[in-house]
Amino acid sequence: MSNSQSLSATLLSVFRRDLVIAFRQRSDMLNPIVFFLMVVTMMPLGISPQASTLAQLAPGLLWVIALLACLLSLDGLFRTDYDDGTLEQLILSPQPLYFIVIIKALVHWLTTGLPLTLVAPLLGVLLALPSDGFIPLWLSLLLGTLTLSFVGAIGAALTVSLRKGGLLLSLIIMPLYVPVLIFGASTVRSAVEGIPYTGALAVLGMFCALALMLAPLAIVGALKMSVQE
Amino acid sequence: MAALTTHSTDHKTNTALLTFKQFGCTRDSRVLFEGIDFDIYAGDVVQVEGPNGTGKTTLLRALTRLLPDYEGEILWRGKTLSHAHYDFLSQLLFIGHLPGIKKTLTPRENLAFLSSLNGTSTLSDIDDALAQVGLYGYEDMPCYQLSAGQNRRIALARLYLTKALVWVLDEPYTAVDVAGIKKLEALFEYHAKQGGCVILTSHQPPNIRDLKHLSLTDYSGGDSSSASVIEGAYDE
Amino acid sequence: MGWQWFHQLGSPRWFYEKTSRWMPWIGAIALILLVVGAVWGLAYAPVDAKQGNSYRIIYIHVPAAFLALAGYYIMAIAGAVGIIWQMKLSYTVMRSAAPIGATLTFIALVTGAVWGKPTWGTWWVWDARITSMLILFFLYLGVMALQGAYQNQNTANKAGAILALVGTINIPIIYKSVDWWFTLHQPATLKLTGESSIDPSMAYPLLIMIAGFYGLYAWLLMHWTRMDILHSEQKTAWVKALVSSK
Repeated sequence: MSNSQSLSATLLSVFRRDLVIAFRQRSDMLNPIVFFLMVVTMMPLGISPQASTLAQLAPGLLWVIALLACLLSLDGLFRTDYDDGTLEQLILSPQPLYFIVIIKALVHWLTTGLPLTLVAPLLGVLLALPSDGFIPLWLSLLLGTLTLSFVGAIGAALTVSLRKGGLLLSLIIMPLYVPVLIFGASTVRSAVEGIPYTGALAVLGMFCALALMLAPLAIVGALKMSVQE
Repeated sequence: MAALTTHSTDHKTNTALLTFKQFGCTRDSRVLFEGIDFDIYAGDVVQVEGPNGTGKTTLLRALTRLLPDYEGEILWRGKTLSHAHYDFLSQLLFIGHLPGIKKTLTPRENLAFLSSLNGTSTLSDIDDALAQVGLYGYEDMPCYQLSAGQNRRIALARLYLTKALVWVLDEPYTAVDVAGIKKLEALFEYHAKQGGCVILTSHQPPNIRDLKHLSLTDYSGGDSSSASVIEGAYDE
Repeated sequence: MGWQWFHQLGSPRWFYEKTSRWMPWIGAIALILLVVGAVWGLAYAPVDAKQGNSYRIIYIHVPAAFLALAGYYIMAIAGAVGIIWQMKLSYTVMRSAAPIGATLTFIALVTGAVWGKPTWGTWWVWDARITSMLILFFLYLGVMALQGAYQNQNTANKAGAILALVGTINIPIIYKSVDWWFTLHQPATLKLTGESSIDPSMAYPLLIMIAGFYGLYAWLLMHWTRMDILHSEQKTAWVKALVSSK
């Protein structure tokens, strides 16, 4: 049996299917970005429209809001698959669930974290982020949101069988996001202040690698638990 | 003499595909059934019977190990299921209450995806399978435009595509008309004859030759149900 | 069978009966240690040159913070044992550990604030240790909320255990990150429990208090586990016999 070949075939099929579903429900994909934009708009209204004040807060604000937008999008990650029985079929596939789960979290990132990252510089302009901060913001979000998707998927898997899992998901996952937030925001801030930021970026990369390796283990366990409900 | 007969049943064709040994399930400290000893051979079609709430679905889910907490043992070709898990899964097709059909996809896409989880199918195979369940002409329509029964039949179309030996079907007749049921039953008999086995639950009695019955009322905890949780000391 | 003892360990009844004998001893030892430590620390330990008498709150703050962190690991290990060996008792311990740990974390936070007022003139300072403690508190709350959300006890146990294990991997990362963050942003003089050498006359009562808190923790954990066992095993013969004999 050409098992390795059929593994890649299965993974490709999961990847393609999730992308197709995401694109057929484009409006769902837009929601986190619109949320990001709206909350950013609230900031000058709530704090101060003065560019100097905003510039000082921008790195942290952008990161916190991106994190929240990511968090809001997580609830749907396994929800429909659970509701229509696809999750059972995925678990019963002879192919390792570990890899299937990696693909699913990856697609989640491609359809939420990556678009957020892409629009973030535009929102940086709205918050008067100094120009030195744009590339670090972009790079830190690129690595950071990938971590957020994988760590968040643990929460999504743990709460998928609960009817009202959304808020609970945020509660259990937000504390786990603290390190990513710290290093993400500090990458941008360092760059703005003219301090080397590659160190913080490297730590973000390490978090990302750790999350890619370890989070799927917890997700697999949580999904198998969830179908027992 | 006895030794001789047991030896002869060990021959290839007669080795049970699945063996339940003192098998039982407990949910929320209520014994659903216990002490099941049952063999399923290649060529068997088994109906799991019992009134609502006796644990038919639980039995099927425990068999697929979607519910891993059960008492006793299940053997797959003589090996403990947990040790032969992947071999078992590669020979398993499970269709539960939830058919695993995505509404935003078309029947063709749904079927292509589901069959890719265990093997691959060509497009013409998929279209043939859809025609078999009466969905010819609906291949490219989004599933949210189809009825609940049609959606269920997409899942059943997998039966025409799969190479799996063991079919575990929870209420396959739901939302299928009389002609459809007849066709399914013919398919089950054919699959059994090819050396596979079918384990199903159903409200109406299937009209299948040599149908085997596994009646859960024979194994229910019954009045003594509380007695068996009393010790409760060992959680296994 | 060599595993007999292990299964016995997993038996709630066995646990209940064994701990019935241990409980008074552990309780007594913990009480003695706590009384000795508290009297020594509050009345006899010397006054701090800089902080005066207000430093004495460390005799509660430090042991509580200690046990709050250790308690999370105890909870997670209990959860891991539950997952690996399907041991119901272990899950019971995990469930009991969560509220105790959360309470200790809360005590550490409050005593930290009380200490902060005379020291810095404000109830709350975003200090690395306090911030880490606050996040630990959130982690406890998350585990408890998740367990509470499930109707099915079995699922609740597994969910709690998985989240607790994820937390244990994250806690060192969170602590290190927060530490790093504050060394970057704040002068080191604000450290709550500075590394400045502590005089033995102050340290001994502190060590006694930490030992006393460990004893108290063990006692509380056993007590809550026993209560939980009685509740979940209330239909069994031995619990009925136990209740009727009282």
